[in-house]
Amino acid sequence: MLRLSQRGRRNIEGWIFIGPAILGILAFQFVPILVSMYASLTTWDGMNPPEFTGIGNFRRLVVEDTFFRETLRNTIVFTLGHIPLTIVIALMLALLCNLNLPGISIFRTAYFIPAVSNVVAISVVWFWIYQPQNGVLNSMLSRIGIEGPAWLSSTTWAMPAVIMVSVWQGVGYPMVILLAGLQGIPHELYEAARIDGASQWNQFRKITIPLLTPTLFFLLITQFISSFQVFGIIYVMTQGGPANATSVYIYYLYQNAFAFGRMGYASAMAWILFAIIAVVTFVQWKLQKRWVFYE
Amino acid sequence: MATSNSKTMIRTDVNEGRSATVRRVRSVITIGVAYVVMTALAVVFALPLVWMIGTSLKREAEVLSIPPTFLPSTPQWGNYATVFETIKPFMWNSGYLAVLNVVGLLLVSSMAAYGFARLEFDGRDLAFSLLLSTAMIPSIVYLIPQYILYRNIGWIDTHYPLWVPRVLTPVIGTFLLRQFFKTLPRDLEDAAKLDGASAFRIYWNIMLPQVKPGLAAVGVFTFLESWNDLFGPLIFINSVDKQTLPVALALYRGEFFTQTSLLMAGATITVVPVIVLFISSQKYFIRGITMTGLKG
Repeated sequence: MLRLSQRGRRNIEGWIFIGPAILGILAFQFVPILVSMYASLTTWDGMNPPEFTGIGNFRRLVVEDTFFRETLRNTIVFTLGHIPLTIVIALMLALLCNLNLPGISIFRTAYFIPAVSNVVAISVVWFWIYQPQNGVLNSMLSRIGIEGPAWLSSTTWAMPAVIMVSVWQGVGYPMVILLAGLQGIPHELYEAARIDGASQWNQFRKITIPLLTPTLFFLLITQFISSFQVFGIIYVMTQGGPANATSVYIYYLYQNAFAFGRMGYASAMAWILFAIIAVVTFVQWKLQKRWVFYE
Repeated sequence: MATSNSKTMIRTDVNEGRSATVRRVRSVITIGVAYVVMTALAVVFALPLVWMIGTSLKREAEVLSIPPTFLPSTPQWGNYATVFETIKPFMWNSGYLAVLNVVGLLLVSSMAAYGFARLEFDGRDLAFSLLLSTAMIPSIVYLIPQYILYRNIGWIDTHYPLWVPRVLTPVIGTFLLRQFFKTLPRDLEDAAKLDGASAFRIYWNIMLPQVKPGLAAVGVFTFLESWNDLFGPLIFINSVDKQTLPVALALYRGEFFTQTSLLMAGATITVVPVIVLFISSQKYFIRGITMTGLKG
């Protein structure tokens, strides 16, 4: 009797501590996820009762909606531009920071500042930097004899321009994570390699890169998830334009849900996004055996 | 035996000596190159923000001059006074929402983290897997039902959707703080329990002060996320006067910020508090990132 009540008290205590978070997750995430599953199978404007249409939304998206295909293609282009550039530059910065030269913290802070800066503010700033006539970028280019394009109003250059901003803003976090990875590599390995007469380049290739592969693997997965959902930069700088050249997945989803009132359709899009992320993550997971090095 | 040994020793000494100077010269060059590269990169990273601040202090005529200049000829501090009048309500909205988010989320997440890390009760592990399960799903999936929910309970065009759901779903914060709580020694609690302290007292008076670095990290992340949020205010807020600073900057570019210099002043005011916060809390911030891999 006493033991039972003690256990009961422990349970009540425990649930009081975790209760608010668990109730919140149930109410604001778990149940909405179930609702979203159902909504994706309906035609729903969000006002009137949803009308069940089975896999109609998914069929329309995959088979009929050419605009959806276009946004998907744009998103893939964005991702393929964003991820390699971000990871290579972040690695370069991390290697530099890892030299631990005096004053390094100032440089590290400078590299990281765009990452904490507000996406609207920086997009507004870059919007002006990209101005064809009196923008800073083209004026700098003209000084070295290059006539810059009308970045954001050119169907060719808008996407690279947007990618450039997202890389500029995005390298901070991967840099910090790679730096932590670099600092985790035992010094003895480099010392042993040096005694064996290995060159700097060989040390980098044979020690640094292999031991960094778990970190790189992690970054590939997380970078894919975040860059496939790019929104802020696009929303402020191009609104998907010109001529839909930068219309990306989340932007089209946002338009469907909150401009066109197609809640069911947008929900179906959200689940396709989830499926894409799940499949790509799974494939990366399977492929990691081939290149990720675990001690 | 002895002679051959000493010979090789001498030879290696010579080799060592030569390669050491080579290495020293090489490392001096490497360091020089490294500083040049690092400075060049720092300029690339800082330049847009320098231009932003410079432009915010220009006269409008100077903004439009071709070729553009980086720094104003005479700083127009008045620009800030002008823009401040416009953005005061937005700043207030952003500021108090960020504070509400930080305080609320720290409370809810630290309680949950303490429960998960230090208490034993039925259903704990199941609850923890529930906490982690939704983390795999991109938030865009539940955003639409959330929107409908808020409309049904009259939360659209109020500030509730911008803090209540966030404070109550602190997945990453709970996860991070749980790691911190787990590392604390058991006898801390045991001694207090013998003294008859309640679970809440132990959590509040004894355990919470031990995880201050974790609280700092979660607090900074939460502030950033709230202050920098675009999607939430964009969707849930309709009235101008309820809007947050960044979203006002995005939505009312043409209305309130008719001059580029004022727009840049607005952008500067949006960015600077966060940069100051980041610089002053870098230590916790970076530790938080490396512990969770947050945002990748």
